[in-house]
Amino acid sequence: MYFESFDGFWHMAGHGPYVWSSYGLFVALLCLNVWHARSQKLKALKQAKAFIRRN
Amino acid sequence: MTQSIWRMPRWFHQMGSPKWFYDFGGSLQPWFAIAAFALLTWGMVWGLAFAPADYQQGNSFRIMYVHVPAALLSQSVFLGMAVAGAVGIIWKIKVAFMVARSCIAIGATFTAIALLTGAIWGKPTWGAYWVWDARLTSTLVLLFLYAGVMALNQAITDRQIAGKATAILAIVGTINIPIIKYSVEWWNTLHQSSSFTLTAKPSMPADMYLPLLLTVLGSYCVFVLVILIRTRAQILQTQSGANWLMQHRDITGA
Amino acid sequence: MIGFMLTIIRRDLLLVARQPAEMINPLVFFVLVIAMFPLGISPEASILSQVAAGVIWVAAMLATLLSLELLFKLDHDDGSLEQLLLAPYPSWCLVLSKVFVHWLVSGLPLILISPFIAMMLFLPDHAIPTLMLSLLLGTPTLSLLGAIGAALVTGVRGGGMLLTLLILPLYVPVIIFGASSVAAAAQGMPVDGYMALLAAMLVFALMITPWAAGSALKL
Repeated sequence: MYFESFDGFWHMAGHGPYVWSSYGLFVALLCLNVWHARSQKLKALKQAKAFIRRN
Repeated sequence: MTQSIWRMPRWFHQMGSPKWFYDFGGSLQPWFAIAAFALLTWGMVWGLAFAPADYQQGNSFRIMYVHVPAALLSQSVFLGMAVAGAVGIIWKIKVAFMVARSCIAIGATFTAIALLTGAIWGKPTWGAYWVWDARLTSTLVLLFLYAGVMALNQAITDRQIAGKATAILAIVGTINIPIIKYSVEWWNTLHQSSSFTLTAKPSMPADMYLPLLLTVLGSYCVFVLVILIRTRAQILQTQSGANWLMQHRDITGA
Repeated sequence: MIGFMLTIIRRDLLLVARQPAEMINPLVFFVLVIAMFPLGISPEASILSQVAAGVIWVAAMLATLLSLELLFKLDHDDGSLEQLLLAPYPSWCLVLSKVFVHWLVSGLPLILISPFIAMMLFLPDHAIPTLMLSLLLGTPTLSLLGAIGAALVTGVRGGGMLLTLLILPLYVPVIIFGASSVAAAAQGMPVDGYMALLAAMLVFALMITPWAAGSALKL
């Protein structure tokens, strides 16, 4: 572990907020994308089932 | 005289059939999900906690492990979108248009991430969030290109026409990306008012470079994962009448 | 083929002649937008002369975009676009002739009145020929690239705003070299490099527009 303590790991000699916000953004936006894609697919699946049940 | 007719390989045409793509994509999807998760967490943890700090920038260089994959992906996703569109137009494969339309959202997201993390990275390094540096500016223009494709896609209701229109705009956009990049690069050197530019890529020892490789591969896996999910969603929407879908286990719930 | 293109050019010029407003409006818009800048920024010559090149070029770009939306829209709405596309000639003949008419109607007048605008913005006199030459090379490129956008948005609701969103990023290289060529001329530096690049972009736009706009119209 490069940092000697977790506190050092969190603050990263002053660059902590920049680094953690960037990583947070990266993870958040990618998860948002995957989640949105999945919800689109589930909605499409539901519509397909409803369409097929109707006729 | 044997006439060798160059024909596209069988898998190419197979990929074109919605049923085959739906099943094949479905089987691949979990693998890419696991690969993406594993590669990204491994790369990020390694980059955050174990990689040595940069002697110049200190710890803020760790943003590179997130910024570089996003910047790399933002360009290759646009290229991928154009290639998928071109395949759709040339071989008239409907699934290719669906793939192209699936690229838009994830590509725009990667560009936005690249811009935001680039700006955040700029603060400790240059002391300013936004600098009209050549790469930041051309990434901004790339984001506008994505916005254009997205707007066009939503404006056209008919899916077939929307697919072709997206393909044409993506191809035209891709041809213009290098021109935009060099004219912005040139414009930046002319107006060299900003005293600092992005520092050259630091020559990286192995344990600085490997996490980057992991996060890049992880990002590509996320890209493929999202493409598979969104394309299969579009297949469900357009093929609801097809009989292969009627007996499909997803529908009958067998 | 040339006959076909000439008839389209003649037809469109007749249409414009019957409604001169379609030609005048972008010009008035061009002058109006430029007149806003001294009011917005400052009337001093020193400041205005620095921004003059950029202001004129951005205003020219916006004026072109404004008049581009109607390029195919009128024919699309009354159905004559389909008939023209059914003609036994490739679709790019229609595209190129319409773009030429659009350039005649919107690009050329911009070039003709740009000296007066340049004087209004205190652009040094020796830079005016460069301004006109750069506009001469640049405005056709704007019309050509814009035609791709216009073809893509015909028949789409909210086409005007969408067109701007699609095509402005593609205008970035043109605006960069156009504005900096005039700025360089204002400082007395040689501009043949800029002109060569502007001409190269024009030829490039001539190359991709027929395919792109042609297939976009056939959607």
